[in-house]
Amino acid sequence: MNSEALTTLALTILFGALVSGTPLLFATIGEIFSERSGVMNLGIEGMMLVGAMGGFATWYNTNSLFLGLIVGMLLGALLALLHAFITITLRADQVVSGLAVTFLGTGVSSILGQPYVGQRVPKPIKLPIPALEYIPAEQVIMVLIGVVFAILAWYYLHKTRPGLNLRSVGEYPSAADSLGINVIRTRFIYVLFGGMMSGLGGAAMSLITDPGWSDGKTSGLGWIAVGLVIFAIWDPLRGLWVSYLFGLLRRLPLDLQNPALPFISTANNPSIGRFMDMLPYLATILILILGSREAMRKRLGAPSALGVPYIRGERGL
Amino acid sequence: MKLPFSNLRVRIETRADNPGWIGLLSSILGVVLALFFGGLLLKVAGAGNPIATYREIFKEAFGMPADWLAGIKALTTGTSCPKGMLCFGPLSDTLVKTAPIMLTTLACIVAFRMKLWNIGADGQMFMGAWAATAVAIFLLPKDTNRVVMLSSMAIAGILAGGIYGFIPGFLKARLNINEIITTLMLNYVAYKWLEFFVVVGPWSLGDFESTGNFSKSATWPRLTEYVKSNPVFAGLTVHPGIFLGIGAAILLAWLLFRSRWGFQIRVIGDNPKAARYAGINLAKNIILVMVMSGALAGLAGMNEVAALRTLTGRFQRGYGFTGVIVAWLSRLNPFAAILVSFLFGGLVVGTKLIQPQGISSMLQGVIMFVVIGTELLFRYRVRFEKPEVILPVTGGVNEL
Repeated sequence: MNSEALTTLALTILFGALVSGTPLLFATIGEIFSERSGVMNLGIEGMMLVGAMGGFATWYNTNSLFLGLIVGMLLGALLALLHAFITITLRADQVVSGLAVTFLGTGVSSILGQPYVGQRVPKPIKLPIPALEYIPAEQVIMVLIGVVFAILAWYYLHKTRPGLNLRSVGEYPSAADSLGINVIRTRFIYVLFGGMMSGLGGAAMSLITDPGWSDGKTSGLGWIAVGLVIFAIWDPLRGLWVSYLFGLLRRLPLDLQNPALPFISTANNPSIGRFMDMLPYLATILILILGSREAMRKRLGAPSALGVPYIRGERGL
Repeated sequence: MKLPFSNLRVRIETRADNPGWIGLLSSILGVVLALFFGGLLLKVAGAGNPIATYREIFKEAFGMPADWLAGIKALTTGTSCPKGMLCFGPLSDTLVKTAPIMLTTLACIVAFRMKLWNIGADGQMFMGAWAATAVAIFLLPKDTNRVVMLSSMAIAGILAGGIYGFIPGFLKARLNINEIITTLMLNYVAYKWLEFFVVVGPWSLGDFESTGNFSKSATWPRLTEYVKSNPVFAGLTVHPGIFLGIGAAILLAWLLFRSRWGFQIRVIGDNPKAARYAGINLAKNIILVMVMSGALAGLAGMNEVAALRTLTGRFQRGYGFTGVIVAWLSRLNPFAAILVSFLFGGLVVGTKLIQPQGISSMLQGVIMFVVIGTELLFRYRVRFEKPEVILPVTGGVNEL
């Protein structure tokens, strides 16, 4: 194998990591904003599934990728509204509500998605650059949007007034309330935003990174996103590179099956592939272990009011 | 708020007490509302008439009263089940599915009582099934005594599930790592682990993606084996696994409500700070509870392979998640769990043949949601009261 082909292969794998990491990035940043406002959302998996199914169904019926992504976002936001109402207004346990959202999203996407299993998928749009024709243009655009989005999210969170308000609501809601920030409204907004981003991540998956719909499409990606938020220490820029790392891990079992790879190809040993499939999940646990050490050392941690419902006039946070 | 045409005032206030009937009522209301919303969703999904669908589910799950009557008649007269009647077939199938649900539910209950969110009962069950299979096929000779064989499989399942529960428990206790994420991730690892052994790996019988049938001693005795004593038993697959669940439920109830340790873990669940001041060892109990939880789920795995009589690559996922919902619906009460597991066993059996496939998980999600919602609504009480005679305020504490 010559060096040019090897370079192409390496680039394909790296670009593939960016592509498959981007839906995860959307969901992770959505969850970062939601948790920064003090609401844990364990329903991401369900929201991603509903977004993926709804986005694909919309594209299938309208042939519009853009519309599909929008519908995915709206469906994610719809489930998030349910979660927000139950946890913020009714002040129910956020863990239980989040789990219920995931069950609901899994079931609904499975039922409504039935007719779309194994249907035709969006045709990739070719890049107008002759040497790179094999790369779909929408993937390039999506990756670029993801990078810009992560930077903007970081800027918003750390350098703007609304970002400061958001963080104060998650750290010390009663102090924020006394300064005239509407805690309930702020939390609603960012939980909805988190749901929208999860829905977008799901739709991006079923339309762009891995086109098509199948039952349980996201296979735990939403849960991985929840884990990544902790490792990213609630920081969008850290979320960016961790998402890409996981994108790489998710693709790796497929890439390694390529017989053209020297030394590390698994083409002759398919049973190893099952172990490779475990990698993203094991890596999530590993990353949480590493993250917990780091969080202890740096004394950084979750937003103080994470998981605590806000009741005006009551003592506590 | 004042009601029109009367001098009664309506006040909505938070309940100070928490009477038991609220839980029961919200569970029942939850199921009813869930069936209603589920029906709406079925209608939207174009799955036909919801009422007919529900009737079909009920019939597949429990049979109709006519079937039971025919079954009882056949049982007493010693004849076989009349043609066209289901007799006890559906009930038997439902009981078979109730056992694993009950065990994973108990696994969730013991953890949730301490507010430890073990969402990994599914993975622990897979590991239990894997270990029980290892004993049945590879460790003990085929002609081992049935009791010895089944008990060894149960111990293997309990150990494997317990070890698999130990990992997230240890990580939570020592490094304060969120157990929800770790248990969930370990689910996927367990799925792949089992697939590796059964589908492509050392246990696979080539294209069958299965270990092949267990020897008879490694399987639960089924009622159909006794067809000679009564022809109505023909085809009934019900087995003693259900007693494993009921026994575990009684044991767990005793531990939770009657033992000192059960009191401790309930205190930790309600108020970890108070528990720490009372000198209760949090880390030790977190690990212990996760091991117990995993062990119960592992036993569910053993029960399931002994009932299926083989381990295949399509070993059913999702019992652990159903356990989460059933645990919540039964208010973390092991006795209630017995009944609710039976109903959910019916749901699983009844929806197996019905299209679309996701009905069961959707209904489970809706039920859980409605139950949380109704429970919270019941937390507030509406009081009608006559306006009080307001005395003029004259000094004292009232001036503050």
